[in-house]
Amino acid sequence: MGLRKFVDKIKPTFSEGGKLSFLHSTFEGFETFLYAPNTVTKRGAHIRDCNDIKRVMITVVVALIPAMLFGMYNLGRMAGFTGMWDAFLFGLVEMLPMIVVSYVVGLSIEFAFAQVRRHEINEGFLVTGLLIPLVMPIGVPLWVVALSTAFAVIIGKEVFGGTGMNVFNPALLARAFAFFGYTSSMSGETAWYAGGTVHKWLGLTPAGTGEVMTSGATPLAQLGDGAAAYTADWSNFQDAFFGFIPGSMGETSTLAILIGAVILLFTGVASWRTMISVFAGGLLMGLVFNLVGADPASLPADATPEAIARAEYMNVPAYWHLVVGGFAFGAVFMATDPVTSAQTNTGKWIYGLMVGMLAVLIRVINPAYPEGMMLSILFMNALAPLIDYFVVERNIARRKKLIKNVK
Amino acid sequence: MSKNIKLCKGLDIKLVGKAEARVENAPMAKSYAVSPLDYENVTPKLLVKVGDKVEAGSALFFDKNNPRILFTSPVSGVVSAINRGEKRKLLNVAVEPDQEQVYKELSKVDVAKAERSAIVEMLLESGLWTRIVERPFGVIANPDAEPKAIFVSAFDSAPLAPDYNFMLQQEKANIEAGMALLARLTKGKVHLSARKGDEGFMAEVKGVEYHTFSGKHPVGNVGVQIHHIDRIAKGDIVWTVNIQDVAIMGRFVQTGKLDMSKTIAVAGSEAEKPCYKRVIAGAAVESIVGNVKDGVRVISGDVLTGVTTAKDGYLAANANMITLIPEGDVYEFMGWAMPRFHRFSVSGAYFSWLFPKKQYKLDTNLNGGERPFVVTGLYEKYLPMDVYVSYLLKACLVKDLDKMENLGLYEVLPEDLALCEFVDPSKIEMQQILRDGINLMIKES
Repeated sequence: MGLRKFVDKIKPTFSEGGKLSFLHSTFEGFETFLYAPNTVTKRGAHIRDCNDIKRVMITVVVALIPAMLFGMYNLGRMAGFTGMWDAFLFGLVEMLPMIVVSYVVGLSIEFAFAQVRRHEINEGFLVTGLLIPLVMPIGVPLWVVALSTAFAVIIGKEVFGGTGMNVFNPALLARAFAFFGYTSSMSGETAWYAGGTVHKWLGLTPAGTGEVMTSGATPLAQLGDGAAAYTADWSNFQDAFFGFIPGSMGETSTLAILIGAVILLFTGVASWRTMISVFAGGLLMGLVFNLVGADPASLPADATPEAIARAEYMNVPAYWHLVVGGFAFGAVFMATDPVTSAQTNTGKWIYGLMVGMLAVLIRVINPAYPEGMMLSILFMNALAPLIDYFVVERNIARRKKLIKNVK
Repeated sequence: MSKNIKLCKGLDIKLVGKAEARVENAPMAKSYAVSPLDYENVTPKLLVKVGDKVEAGSALFFDKNNPRILFTSPVSGVVSAINRGEKRKLLNVAVEPDQEQVYKELSKVDVAKAERSAIVEMLLESGLWTRIVERPFGVIANPDAEPKAIFVSAFDSAPLAPDYNFMLQQEKANIEAGMALLARLTKGKVHLSARKGDEGFMAEVKGVEYHTFSGKHPVGNVGVQIHHIDRIAKGDIVWTVNIQDVAIMGRFVQTGKLDMSKTIAVAGSEAEKPCYKRVIAGAAVESIVGNVKDGVRVISGDVLTGVTTAKDGYLAANANMITLIPEGDVYEFMGWAMPRFHRFSVSGAYFSWLFPKKQYKLDTNLNGGERPFVVTGLYEKYLPMDVYVSYLLKACLVKDLDKMENLGLYEVLPEDLALCEFVDPSKIEMQQILRDGINLMIKES
């Protein structure tokens, strides 16, 4: 093939001693993208499974596509477009710059680090680069996206040694960075709908206001306001499940996320143990609150508004927690990250349950952080090695017991 | 009889080129070789020089670490070459065979009555002692030690593995004699494990603790069987012997002649007529498989644990099969994105799950680049042992001896991790990492 000849011809330039050898990793990255390498096994097993990290990461990207496409459509819909195509196009135009910025910033850093370390380029950022825009609310300035991505890749990943060595999920770290560093640009309580003038040249005009940005309360905030009537309405639940609600780009449609979940579970990329236990944990904590939560009407007359809100939130049906906000997205795509989650099978059950429970706990008890999923996963990322430590210690204890039995 | 032990974890990789149930006699090879590299931690010291005449059973070299351990010639003839590699490292000693084989007069003892030490001496002198593997560490057994038990696996579950029941159908008396010999070496039990439903005459072998196993590879690995019969704890020593070597030992104690002939399988997609061959240990592979085309890898052993053998190389001491598979040194356009119907994967990201009965013709391509540990929970599915594979390997990588010991270094050998290495999308060289860890442990203890 002509292309192969061309690659072989320019290869020496990038190899050790070549003029552009300082771009070796970059060249290697592109070469292996074009052609699966011709390396053969030298030691150990002579044949190998044809699965590799490239395929693993691409599978996650594929699993993210339904949520991403729906996110684009929903974005336009929220902005007031009624036509499906118009709404989608609007969302695409809104989201594409964020995706591009995230990939360009993140990959440049990855390439630079790989080059300095003389490693092959790791594919991990293919996933992170798409996750970052999907968990950011729309309307976040692009420079915040760029800064958060850089922070997540450098501080979250490269300082630990790159993909496979990181403690925290890089995409969530990016979101946390933006959340705490640029609160005015994003918050968990309100979601920004995009709209207005920037899209006029495309001929896209929303049916609604001509404002550049309009904001509205997310269902999470509505839940927090204790709108009992809101949760009682079945059509609201359906909207939340199918995703016709405001929120970060990828997180709104539980259905689209579940399609991704099926792909991840079938291909074995994500752990079913983690995924199931996160949902179970959320449901369990929701049920606990349902049981202990006081009836807001029975609160004393001098109860503070916060107390009333909390009581109302406690009475939100447990299953609601699973479909609103970032819960489903976090459970399927974030908590299951094999590197930052618990690594042992027993550990995964504990880790997942605690992620789910903490997420609902933070949501309900602390009104300042209605989006508890991000915090709970990051917190459990930090605890995961500890969980694994105890699981592995038990394995060691079983082995040591063997010695006593013999003697 | 104990109850059947069923293992759920593991994987049978179905490959093209299983050996047909037919035995051919391979012609006498131009030369036979004994290599110290077929064993772990042997520092060879030569006893012969080029041109010396040797008999079948004459010692060629011994291990400096333990001078009682002799390595003997499988045939009679003339030492034709002493092959050395870098830094004059001894690769092998080659012997050009006589037309008529002459067997060395070796001491022969009555196994039932002799002292244990006399039996040990007999095995050491014949060189058959080198066929006894000691765990932990997978080294040649220490003649001064006495094992807690001896384990023999009567089947091999590796891809394209030979069918021992077929291979050994004439050897029942020898196996019984061999087992009686092993029983004298330990105060504990001699365990024999066969595959449930394919037991041949193994159930009739006397004087052993008999077990049956069912499940997928690595169920035939003796290490996995030990784990489920009587786990190795710190301080334990157990020995294992390959079932074909048991037959050779049995033959030896009955005749007093070191007859190293054995049956091996020639298999793999590139084998012209996959079948069984009758050979003598250490034969030049060229005498067994003929001229091999370029672009074909000759493996002494199975595709997961065997060693690459040069076309003018020799059958490894522990190999009971030769596998021939194509080299995979080709580029594949956008390989990571392709459906790859012709390749095999345990992952649902490819389509092997659609064809559960398909036999694959797999090549030696690495199918990716080496990466750090990323996936979790995958390796444990392919090792039916209570061992956390990635934790053990990381302990080996950071050379933490305590952790290695605590996490199960004494229970596994590289062969047990071969399947994990096969499925690993990060392409980590697990067998080598574990071997390095074990060797470090031997050095330090």
